[in-house]
Amino acid sequence: MSHAVVSPIREPLVTGNKTYHQITEDLCRPTETAPGLAWVGAFVTALIFMTGGVFCILWTIWFGIGSWNLNRTIGWGWDITNFVWWIGIGHAGTLISAILLLFRQKWRTGVNRAAEAMTIFAVMCAALFPGIHVGRMWVVFFFFPYPNTRGPLWVNFNSPLLWDLFAISTYFTVSLLFWYTGLVPDFATVRDRAKGIRRKIYGFLSFGWTGSAKHWQRWESLSLVLAGLATPLVLSVHTIVSFDFATSVIPGWHTTIFPPYFVAGAVFSGFAMVLTLMLITRKVLHLEDYITIEHIESMNKVILCTGSIVGVAYLTELFVAWYSQYPYEQFAFFNRAVGPYYWSYWGMMACNVITPQLFWSRKMRRSIFWTFLLSIIINIGMWFERFVIIGTTLARDYLPSSWSYYVPTWVEIGIFLGTIGIFFVLYLLFTRVAPVVAIAEIKSILKTGGNQYVGPNATHSHSHSGHDEVHSGDHHEGH
Amino acid sequence: MASKNKEVLFGLYNDEEILLTAVQRAMDDHLDIMDVYSPFPVHGLDPIMGLEESRLHQAGFVYGSIGTLTAFLFMTWVFTRDWPVIFGGKPYWSVPAFIPITFELTVLFAAIGMVVTFYTVCGLGPGVEAKTLDDRITDDKFCIAFDTAGQSSSEIEKLKSFFSSTGASEVNTKVL
Repeated sequence: MSHAVVSPIREPLVTGNKTYHQITEDLCRPTETAPGLAWVGAFVTALIFMTGGVFCILWTIWFGIGSWNLNRTIGWGWDITNFVWWIGIGHAGTLISAILLLFRQKWRTGVNRAAEAMTIFAVMCAALFPGIHVGRMWVVFFFFPYPNTRGPLWVNFNSPLLWDLFAISTYFTVSLLFWYTGLVPDFATVRDRAKGIRRKIYGFLSFGWTGSAKHWQRWESLSLVLAGLATPLVLSVHTIVSFDFATSVIPGWHTTIFPPYFVAGAVFSGFAMVLTLMLITRKVLHLEDYITIEHIESMNKVILCTGSIVGVAYLTELFVAWYSQYPYEQFAFFNRAVGPYYWSYWGMMACNVITPQLFWSRKMRRSIFWTFLLSIIINIGMWFERFVIIGTTLARDYLPSSWSYYVPTWVEIGIFLGTIGIFFVLYLLFTRVAPVVAIAEIKSILKTGGNQYVGPNATHSHSHSGHDEVHSGDHHEGH
Repeated sequence: MASKNKEVLFGLYNDEEILLTAVQRAMDDHLDIMDVYSPFPVHGLDPIMGLEESRLHQAGFVYGSIGTLTAFLFMTWVFTRDWPVIFGGKPYWSVPAFIPITFELTVLFAAIGMVVTFYTVCGLGPGVEAKTLDDRITDDKFCIAFDTAGQSSSEIEKLKSFFSSTGASEVNTKVL
């Protein structure tokens, strides 16, 4: 058969000599069994954080933005820092599912479902902040260009803040459609194993999917085109987020390097968050055969690459500030490094530039412990990066008399922790409701990525007689 | 489409490669396949079954173009006709500033349009009852189905012998 052409040097992406049925069993199990103590504990913790966050949001709405420590000089603080941080995290899912689909990277099948879910939840957390930070949340619908009684007076289509609104709502919608369309066949798998009320619920969720050949053909066509659309979309979203800063005239923000630098940073932080989540998920849900060390190493390579791009961007910014001979630009960067927020700058440098370089070592890339530790460090570092760009830059503006310093109030901290709670509540629910790994996609790569067909096991383990071509093909190449 | 009551005779296969050979045989023997079902997309099946390439991407292009035009023409109308405002001394019709939103709406329209079209032409959607022949088809079985309504017993026998000679692990009937 034509698909028997597999590279003998590829490492298997599915281990444990799985059959199609075993894959179904393994990946449906979390939706069919009662959650363990670890899940319940994590869920309750996340729920507490979420409740605290909701309380702080209500506090903000009730008492106004005055309950935050923003002042005339520093108009954006933790709110926009958190917004950019969450949006950045939301970039990995689409990168994995769309760009890697176009590049035919088969390892994406192990992690795409969870990464897309993470994207959607992260974008939800991000979208909260622009809503809250305008202060009067009840008139947020003014953002949208709708026919109104004020003229109609339209929104400013020339404003990057409005572009951002369009970018983020489009990104959320497209990611959601992409994710759900991928879920439909897997919900059908869960449905066909379920009984009673669960069968009814999953029957509703699976939209009447039967697995007909024509449906699969259209499904693949749809996935491919959505991936093709989502690829420029994901690049545009963080580009536009960077425009929020780059189109202003603030020294330190007004730089042309921002779009590629923000996109690389977003992918960097997104992959770090995917790794944080996947390392826990694979352990708790016993998915080691589907999310292998090979997957982790591949993601670490992406982290190394994007981390290095981010590092180069930091240095380029410094160089351009010096080379421009523009004193305000020079001061902005001098101030970042040795000003009142020097700790956040060096925290950012240490976390984002130095630590990912450890991944040049194969041992590090394949170590669960180091991967987990570094993923947390990168998450922290990327939060610092956004704070450096926003907080430090605003604290020292053109007029020394209006210089200021800013520390968040408990309300701002509470909202940030609250979004982490919201994120984990949604993610934990997702791991119990939907198959965390895309069942149909794993089955479709089994014969080109399963360890009984490729890698060290391929030569001495035959479970089916139908695949002899695979092995004989390998032998021919060997001679 | 087809009549409501279909008497379906279907065979289940254990592997997609056996399925592909069987479908090829059925096409060679000019058997009228109702449908083929599988737990995942089987590559190489479409050309054997003679399925035409999906035109969904062409529809996507049309939806995307509608999005492009909607965004660009709407912003043009607002800023040159309905309520012209000067922002920062720029021209009313500031085309470069329209590009981001035009791009976003292109993608949004194409994506929503294609997804809606996909579910509509497949007859899928919330609340649609799945007409499954066997619960294991979404697990690990590959299925070829024939509509035997109104067929003579000799024709049905012919189909059954087709299944047994092509390696079907089970042959069943069901009324859909």
